Amino acid sequence: MKQFIAFVKKEFYHIIRDKRTLFILLGMPVVQIIIFGFALTNEVKNSQIVILDNAKDAASAQLITELGSSRYFDIKQNVYSYKDIEAAFRAGHIRMAVVFPPHLDEDLKHFNKAQIQLVADASDPNVATTLTTYAGAIIQDFNKRYNQGRQLPYTIQTEVRMLYNPQGKGAYSFVPGVMAMVLMLVCTMMTAITIVREKETGTMEVMLVSPMKPIRIILAKAVPYLLLSLVNITSILLLSVYVLEVPINGSLALLGFESILFTLTCLALGLLISAATDSQQTAMFISLTGMFLPTIMLSGFMFPIENMPVPMQVVSNAVPAKWYYMIVRDVMIKGAGLGAVWKQTLILTGMLVFLLAMALKKFKIRLA
Amino acid sequence: MGAVTVDNIVKFYGKKEARVTALQGLSFDVQKGELFGLIGPDGAGKTSLFRILTTLLLADAGTASVDGFDVVKDYKAIRNRVGYMPGRFSLYQDLSVRENLEFFATIFNTTIEENYELVKDIYSQIEPFRDRKAGKLSGGMKQKLALSCALIHRPSVLFLDEPTTGVDAVSRKEFWEMLAHLKQQGITILVSTPYMDEAARCDRVALMQEGKIMSVNTPAGIVNEFGRPLLAVKNTNMLQLLQAMKSCEGVEDAYPFGEYHHVVLKPGGEAAVKTILEQMKMPYEQHPVTPDVEDCFMALMRNKDGQ
Amino acid sequence: MDNNKVITAHELTKRFGDFTAVDKITFEVTRGEIFGFLGANGAGKTTAMRMLSGLSLPTSGQATVAGFDVYKQNEQIKKNIGYMSQKFSLYEDLTVKENIRFYAGIYGKSDAFIKEKTGYILDHLHMTSEANKLVGSLPLGWKQKLAFSVAIFHEPQLVFLDEPTGGVDPVTRREFWQMIYEAAETGITVFVTTHYMDEAEYCNRVSIMVDGRIEALDTPGGLKRTFGARSMDEVFLKLARAAKRSE
Repeated sequence: MKQFIAFVKKEFYHIIRDKRTLFILLGMPVVQIIIFGFALTNEVKNSQIVILDNAKDAASAQLITELGSSRYFDIKQNVYSYKDIEAAFRAGHIRMAVVFPPHLDEDLKHFNKAQIQLVADASDPNVATTLTTYAGAIIQDFNKRYNQGRQLPYTIQTEVRMLYNPQGKGAYSFVPGVMAMVLMLVCTMMTAITIVREKETGTMEVMLVSPMKPIRIILAKAVPYLLLSLVNITSILLLSVYVLEVPINGSLALLGFESILFTLTCLALGLLISAATDSQQTAMFISLTGMFLPTIMLSGFMFPIENMPVPMQVVSNAVPAKWYYMIVRDVMIKGAGLGAVWKQTLILTGMLVFLLAMALKKFKIRLA
Repeated sequence: MGAVTVDNIVKFYGKKEARVTALQGLSFDVQKGELFGLIGPDGAGKTSLFRILTTLLLADAGTASVDGFDVVKDYKAIRNRVGYMPGRFSLYQDLSVRENLEFFATIFNTTIEENYELVKDIYSQIEPFRDRKAGKLSGGMKQKLALSCALIHRPSVLFLDEPTTGVDAVSRKEFWEMLAHLKQQGITILVSTPYMDEAARCDRVALMQEGKIMSVNTPAGIVNEFGRPLLAVKNTNMLQLLQAMKSCEGVEDAYPFGEYHHVVLKPGGEAAVKTILEQMKMPYEQHPVTPDVEDCFMALMRNKDGQ
Repeated sequence: MDNNKVITAHELTKRFGDFTAVDKITFEVTRGEIFGFLGANGAGKTTAMRMLSGLSLPTSGQATVAGFDVYKQNEQIKKNIGYMSQKFSLYEDLTVKENIRFYAGIYGKSDAFIKEKTGYILDHLHMTSEANKLVGSLPLGWKQKLAFSVAIFHEPQLVFLDEPTGGVDPVTRREFWQMIYEAAETGITVFVTTHYMDEAEYCNRVSIMVDGRIEALDTPGGLKRTFGARSMDEVFLKLARAAKRSE
């Protein structure tokens, strides 16, 4: 036991004395949360639009006010012909144009029917869809109020409710994603590198020729990074609750437990990589391309898995981060309990056991 | 039973098609308390042999034991009782002198205090720098710290793989003085080196070349094996002299050796050498010399090539 | 300027902060000379060699190498020198031929020149049958001999050899020195460092650095007389023992 503590202490010295790496490890989650929270959001806000108002009556005036006052749109200018609309799109100033027909007010009053044209820049289809949906909702809303008290012909109204995330905030999806990413990076890459570094400097040779059991060397290497990960999880959660205002709806204890489970899985993966490689470069390369990229691409945090071709969907099942991402989303955002995520938890546990067994099997008690 | 026994050890590297034989069936014994040198150039197989004896590598054939324990079966027991200093000074560069020593002591289930007596002479030289990071030490000091760390658990057998490579002549000399002192404390020491002149410091040496042991003997015994008269010659045109000696009938071999050329004579070859020196019409010097280990090493290399 | 001096250094100094790595060294090396550059670890040999090969600017003092000024003309210096060290010289994952071609290409030699000289070198080293083998698979001694041939491939005025024979067996070590002699015969000046004291004897002149200064500079015979020593080993120990600093 004394050996083990001495080894852990030594690992902490390595980490603390390498100020630059330590700073990156602790600062990275903060920076990522801030970048994703404020800069790289896929929410559509303050989009520039133009209005071609052929009606110029009470109804169009009110609609223009309502569109302009919503946080989604900024009315850049009024234009007077389709040519102007095209020019504005070409110039790249605007994302959408709204065209009111002549006699909007009269048509609504007399025929209960009017056609408003929404012209959107679909070079980014996601944004175009979002914008037309927003505009449609505002117009629908206006329509209801405008017709108040009057008998409408049969119409079906759809009512949309955004569950768990009523404001459609992007933070709800990327906080779990960032957690998965950071843990992957700290645990997998750093553990892989730290063991391989000792192989490179030759100290692993001396360690192997000591009475220290290989399994203990491995565990002692893992402990500091486990603790470092806990610090990171805490700082991510604090930032998301207090800065990004993403609530933790589920049990904090469950969230903590699942995070530790995922951290251990990542550590086991790191150990496996380190056992199979001989240079820090290779270890880093494998962790980055083999682990980090799939985490981003295939965990469902950046791109929805349902939209992927079937083979990719199958592959995504092998990515631990996918399951962790699902768990965190369910527990943190939806407030689900263990009952809802037991399947994912079981899969992660299975992965942990498998990876750990592989790592121990691969770890050599000798060189080469 | 010797402290180390090596019996017909063979080691290959690489896959079948491009197989390189690193060790071609080595056998020797090291007695308890002996200072034993493995002398040979890079690529002779010294490091492979050390790694097999320290249980880091498995041999492809043959058996070996350290302190009576088999290197394969009893590897755990061996790891408890040997000290090992690999070719690169394997210290933690970002830990201080003191932290390194403390760490290694704990890993080997002991404390600095317990065995301080043993490392005192060496460690006291670097103790003034106890708070300095190992990475900031000079080559000579790193060497001393690495040796202290390898000794701190009072190993019964100490393996030092090229401890003096890349170290200057002064530090090398000091290092060998430390080893002589350790030997008095009853520790068996195996040390490898490419420097032939260091052989004289050992009780016995094995001369290694290309994975084979060419000879195992005491330094004096190695010299006795040479068994041929050796001359040191010089004059004012050394290059021409060397060529003349090489083509001389009475000469088996001639090569530069410091300020002289060494000339290995065939029986009764003195006269022929003398004639050539006279013919060159330059002031010259010639006298018989006792061969040293380097002369013997070269003779053994040539014998082997000649076979 | 004396055209026969390949290196001239006058009070050449290099300071790092308040640490004087090289302290006012003054010496000259003549064309075709084999000049031994000795010193304990940390005496300042490497720093001095870096300044002379145009890799590092001196703090003060003057020096010319191959007739070029080390402050202003380091590009010309690099064209006129060769360099070989124990640690890095050849690419292990390239073949013998590829290595030669690569280095020759760096110095902008013509294809005809490269072809002819490659053939000569391979023949001279008895390595024609190894031409297409990876350098990594050759024995160390062969590598070092090949590295030396490559370092002087572009026929430089001066070649720096940094511990070229470390770890090489005694027979190959002597063959290597044979090559050094041959290069010197063709007029290439050789500037060599070594830890083997017997090799110091093979040099025309030897300088010994201690604590950043050149403490002794003479022929091996002269040094032994001055210090009343029997061998260069003794001379070196006498001087280096007095050193105050290490690395």
